[in-house]
Amino acid sequence: MKSLLPVTTILTAIVALWYLGAVYLNAPWAYDQADRAGVELTTGQLVADTMRQERPVLPAPHQVAGEIWKTTAQKKITSKRSLVYHGWITLSATLLGFAMGVALGILLAVGIVHNRAMDLSVMPWVIASQTVPILAVAPMIIVVLYNIGISGLIAKATISAYLSFFPVVVGMVKGLRSPDQMQLDLMRTYSASPAQVLWKLRWPASLPYLFTSLKIAIAIALVGAIIGELPTGAQGGFGARMLNGSYYGQVLIIWSALVGAAVCAGLMVGLIGLAQRIVLTRMGMAQNGGSV
Amino acid sequence: MTTWVIFAFWLTAWAANTWLARRPERWVRLVVPALFGIALLVLWEGVVRGFRIPLVILPAPSVIWATLIVSLPTLWADFVQTVLKSVLPGYAMGCGAAFLTAIATDRSPFLQRGLLPIGNLAAALPIVGIAPIMVMWFGFDWHSKAAVVVIMCFFPMLVNTMQGLGSAERMQRDLMRTYAASYWQTLFKLRLPAAAPFIFNGLKICTTLALIGAIVAEFFGTPIVGMGFRISTEIGRMALDMVWAEIAVAAIAGSAFYGLVALAERWLTFWHPATRG
Repeated sequence: MKSLLPVTTILTAIVALWYLGAVYLNAPWAYDQADRAGVELTTGQLVADTMRQERPVLPAPHQVAGEIWKTTAQKKITSKRSLVYHGWITLSATLLGFAMGVALGILLAVGIVHNRAMDLSVMPWVIASQTVPILAVAPMIIVVLYNIGISGLIAKATISAYLSFFPVVVGMVKGLRSPDQMQLDLMRTYSASPAQVLWKLRWPASLPYLFTSLKIAIAIALVGAIIGELPTGAQGGFGARMLNGSYYGQVLIIWSALVGAAVCAGLMVGLIGLAQRIVLTRMGMAQNGGSV
Repeated sequence: MTTWVIFAFWLTAWAANTWLARRPERWVRLVVPALFGIALLVLWEGVVRGFRIPLVILPAPSVIWATLIVSLPTLWADFVQTVLKSVLPGYAMGCGAAFLTAIATDRSPFLQRGLLPIGNLAAALPIVGIAPIMVMWFGFDWHSKAAVVVIMCFFPMLVNTMQGLGSAERMQRDLMRTYAASYWQTLFKLRLPAAAPFIFNGLKICTTLALIGAIVAEFFGTPIVGMGFRISTEIGRMALDMVWAEIAVAAIAGSAFYGLVALAERWLTFWHPATRG
């Protein structure tokens, strides 16, 4: 809790800067309007005007908050204008893809740790693939899967899975290898089978690594789902909202989708952090607190 | 028929790899992944030919290679627009700004305690979403892409640099004190070198992010050149061989960028255990 005051200070500073930016960036439009109407603007009027434009260059925080309030609390969840509705579309794809990616990643990591041929041949490619801007492929995967007859949720989830399995593989390989020689030797003296070593030693030892990877994976899975929504047109989801807003110049829609996505990411990372703390504490492996 | 030959080749390659993997020599570490990659390409080619998969779903590697060779001028123009004009300036500005911010807040523990959690959170946010806004602000040309890249690189780099600056040990700092070293001397002679592994970690993460940011930003509006533009229009025309050629270029550019930073790391942090080992 020591960091509560500094964090709130910085957040306040950011909001203040945002307001200043809104005034500065929206002022030309306000001046232009006043010029056409033939009136002089006082500073107070100017500031007030920059905060309530319909298509501002940079909307003020309270405008975004208002838009979010309007599209979440005041709309039915099933309505196509509800941000909750769009959020759920993105979130469901994210979670499905995340589950698929994590399962695949763990399986691959177990294989890599137990089979030297697999380690030598697959691992360099897994690492190399991290340097490739894989997100750029996302629209193509959507189109290709659509041609095969898979569309919507599964297609987006595939992209999320594709993105989120890399951090899991890398983290889990590190984690499954983290027990030292002494511990492995001890298991040998018990004449433990490889499966027993995996379940009783490697798996528990790898959990801290797993949770760190899961945080990265869920964040990147959300990004994948959003990007996956760009080429499918305006069927729904945060990505579709952003694309729509960008086509029609509706800045507030983009910003509210952006904030919505940010809140989702923060919540999911926070939840995993919470799970991490609970699990590691119960296992007696609690470290000095996972930072969110 | 061809299918069986292909699968036989795959099995042979895998058997060879299993056999090679048991050998302790150093060159094995290079040959095995190379063999695996080649086997993968052959398998891909074989599956596409054997099952007569149409071009719109998956083009064969040979077709992609042919397209790549034929359309080199276009690909080069896209590369210049996306990598040289958007990614590199954005990367330099974003990482540079984050580095300077980290140094500037270094003397205030209060600011650091506030910035670190926010930076950590911001690094996890889907910042690519800022792309349509940047396109509205800075127009269709490379400026808006560079702006997205700047913002995407900023937070991971900031967090890594701040952690790195805190990584010098108490004992080492005390030693600098006993030498009566000034703040700046301590910074340049002890803390920045100690932070180098963290800083390079941030720089490496940012290489990938920068390319992704630039390419995705091009989906939202661009002049008629650039990797993201090419990918989205060629998908519209169902010319998947061209899309794959562009992806190959992006992959090579991304790996080369990452490789350069990794090389610089090896050269500058030669003392670190991870490099020496």
